[in-house]
Amino acid sequence: MDTLVAQLQRQFRDYTISLYHQGFLDDQFTELKKLQDECSPDFVAEVVSLFFEDCEKLIGNMARALDQTGNVDFNLVGSSVHQLKGSSSSVGAKRVKGLCITFKECCDSQNFEGCVRCLQQVDIEYKSLKAKLQDLFNLEQQIVQAGGRIPQVDI
Amino acid sequence: MMEVCNCIEPQWPADELLMKYQYISDFFIAVAYFSIPLELIYFVKKSAVFPYRWVLVQFGAFIVLCGATHLINLWTFTTHSRTVALVMTTAKVLTAVVSCATALMLVHIIPDLLSVKTRELFLKNKAAELDREMGLIRTQEETGRHVRMLTHEIRSTLDRHTILKTTLVELGRTLALEECALWMPTRTGLELQLSYTLRQQHPVEYTVPIHLPVINQVFGTSRAVKISPNSPVARLRPVSGKYLLGEVVAVRVPLLHLSNFQINDWPELSTKRYALMVLMLPSDSARQWHVHEMELVEVVADQVAVALSHAAILEESMRARDLLMEQNVALDIARREAETAIRARNDFLAVMNHEMRTPMHAIIALSSLLQETELTPEQRLMVETVLKSSSLLATLMNDVLDLSRLEDGSLQLELGTFNLHTLFREVLSLIKPIAVVKKLPITLNLAPDLPEFVVGDEKRLMQIILNIVGNAVKFSKQGSISVTALVTKSDNRAPPDFFVVPTGSHFYLRVKVKDMGAGINPQDIPKLFTKFAQTQSLATRSSGGSGLGLAISKRFVNLMEGNIWIESDGVGKGCTAIFDVKLGISNESKQSGIPKVPANPQHANFAGLKVLVMDENGVSRMVTKGLLIHLGCEVTMVSSSEECLRVVSHEHKVVFMDVCTPGVENYQIALRIHEKFTKRHQRPLLVALTGNTDKSTKEKCMSFGLDGVLLKPVSLDNMRNVLSDLLEHRVLYEAM
Repeated sequence: MDTLVAQLQRQFRDYTISLYHQGFLDDQFTELKKLQDECSPDFVAEVVSLFFEDCEKLIGNMARALDQTGNVDFNLVGSSVHQLKGSSSSVGAKRVKGLCITFKECCDSQNFEGCVRCLQQVDIEYKSLKAKLQDLFNLEQQIVQAGGRIPQVDI
Repeated sequence: MMEVCNCIEPQWPADELLMKYQYISDFFIAVAYFSIPLELIYFVKKSAVFPYRWVLVQFGAFIVLCGATHLINLWTFTTHSRTVALVMTTAKVLTAVVSCATALMLVHIIPDLLSVKTRELFLKNKAAELDREMGLIRTQEETGRHVRMLTHEIRSTLDRHTILKTTLVELGRTLALEECALWMPTRTGLELQLSYTLRQQHPVEYTVPIHLPVINQVFGTSRAVKISPNSPVARLRPVSGKYLLGEVVAVRVPLLHLSNFQINDWPELSTKRYALMVLMLPSDSARQWHVHEMELVEVVADQVAVALSHAAILEESMRARDLLMEQNVALDIARREAETAIRARNDFLAVMNHEMRTPMHAIIALSSLLQETELTPEQRLMVETVLKSSSLLATLMNDVLDLSRLEDGSLQLELGTFNLHTLFREVLSLIKPIAVVKKLPITLNLAPDLPEFVVGDEKRLMQIILNIVGNAVKFSKQGSISVTALVTKSDNRAPPDFFVVPTGSHFYLRVKVKDMGAGINPQDIPKLFTKFAQTQSLATRSSGGSGLGLAISKRFVNLMEGNIWIESDGVGKGCTAIFDVKLGISNESKQSGIPKVPANPQHANFAGLKVLVMDENGVSRMVTKGLLIHLGCEVTMVSSSEECLRVVSHEHKVVFMDVCTPGVENYQIALRIHEKFTKRHQRPLLVALTGNTDKSTKEKCMSFGLDGVLLKPVSLDNMRNVLSDLLEHRVLYEAM
């Protein structure tokens, strides 16, 4: 007999696992989940939203910097990428982090096209992660509303 | 003409001479009679008290009237008129009245006056008596003063001779004695010897036997007794023809010997010794011994006794103190000699030890090296023997040094927490190779209630067990060896009949090592633990051993407040070595080498731990903060190095600083923090959070004075371990 709660829980589990398998998330995200308890029930959500804000800001900075054609401040871009890399590794956004590494290399070599390309990819990537995480949180909400418990997913 | 008159008619009216004389007498009588009251009044007025004024008045009136009568008589010698006769009659009548009244009054008064006189006499007698009594009291008081002074003099010194001399002198002075003498009992107690006299400077050594009746009489009472001046004790000088020898009084002076004093016993009277004090009044004086003088003598005798006993006690205590001082000095010398000897021996041992060890090491090392080279079989045998002998010698030296330190008590146990079970297993694993070669199976039985973590001297305990088990292996040719470890409460030699749960934080560990080897003759068992004694026959001597092992083990076991003994059923029947030692039970299960990762996060470890997190990246800052809060820390966040330096205080125990951002500035914070907190215990621990952990980063961190490096992102478990390691060791370079 499949109750709604069980269904939702199963969905949640499958989705989470898929995210890990597809490389969107890594162990750090699991660690973040560990830090969520009664004292800070929305810890993950807070961190993640902060991350996305950060992403937006940094990407905006980088876009602006790269727009200054002919006078690109690669140092600025580089430091922004560094920041982004740090943030993404802190939350476990695996793909974003990977892109940042490539991005950093382009910056160091002052490869303008490379940077632009990386920037675009980072932008796409973080937005897609944001959407997926949003779905995940929605699922969590549904489970809670249906009176169930959010299952612990071991990767 | 001849009227009837009351006047007396003279018989010879014509005799003018007679008349004249009468006339004159009457006149004088009158004068006298008038003057008497005047005198009376005069003197009475002068005196303050005179209770009889009325009488006086009466008397005065009587006399005045008598005088008046006689005066008026003057006119009656010749013929006189009727008026004169009348006056005369009146006067006479009045006189008669008054005189009768006076006479009657006097009847009442004279007894009174007489009684006044008797009272006066009585009072005078009383006054005389009181005077006498006052004289007596004064005398007594003086005597008392003398006694006090005497006592003071006597008691002011604790010197025997002075006491006695002073007594005699003062007594002689107070009582004005002719002679005063003190007879002391001789050592034998059978005679009294004249010891002190007042007047004679060098008294001849008179002795009198003690059992004279007069002496017994005096000794029998505590009062002063009058004795005859002719008795032997009073005949101090040759009688020089004095007629009347002064009265003599003798009194006993109790001599209290110290041996008579027992704490709860009073000395018995029969064993008392007495001295005799003899006092003689001056001859040829009429003086007699008064009661108060004799009382004085008795009091003085008592005081002398007390003073003498004090002097005796003082002498005794001085003697004892001198004796003690001598003994102290002797002991001190002995102690210092012993200390010097021990120090000399220790120095010798240490030097010899070192001097001996150095060549020994060389021999052993080179022999080992030699063993590795190509050798002929004979050469190999020789080298092996050399190695074996030198190892033995090295062991012997160690043992001797240990033992000598054990014996003079300079060895102290090094207590620590360790795993008892592991210890046994280690010992067994050390012994197993030899046992396997000799085909002796060893079994280990650990009692189920044997605590795992105990407090004690791990090294020495292992030494003991190794020695015992080693001996078992050494001296067994066949059979098996079993090692049993259990908990016992009793520390006597009887095996426990029951297993008692250890109370308190200590318990007694009992280890039994049973082998089926050569066994020991029960008579030899006591010798086993003596140094250098070997009970094995020559054949088995080859198994080696210096004979010190058991002695040392015994010393260690004794240090651990335990017992060690060996039981054997006889030669060839194997033997069991048993020892008990006292160990403490460790409360914590904290173990070195085995990190325990508890299933639940232990918030208790870091509750309230103040940490500072410096990270420019908001997201990673938040993640680190969440991590630390989850572990129970109190987190302060800063986002720049300036802010970090501003905020950091000695309350923060750890500072996590992100050093990912390229540049050296972040590392500078470490230096600045070092500068800010000069005292090491105030400085927070500095941990760098970095994205790469290659060697150069680590070196950089170390050079800037950071206490640890962590790789970002940090997992929860990682952080937990890191924090606990950090706080324990104050340094961390492992968590990579």
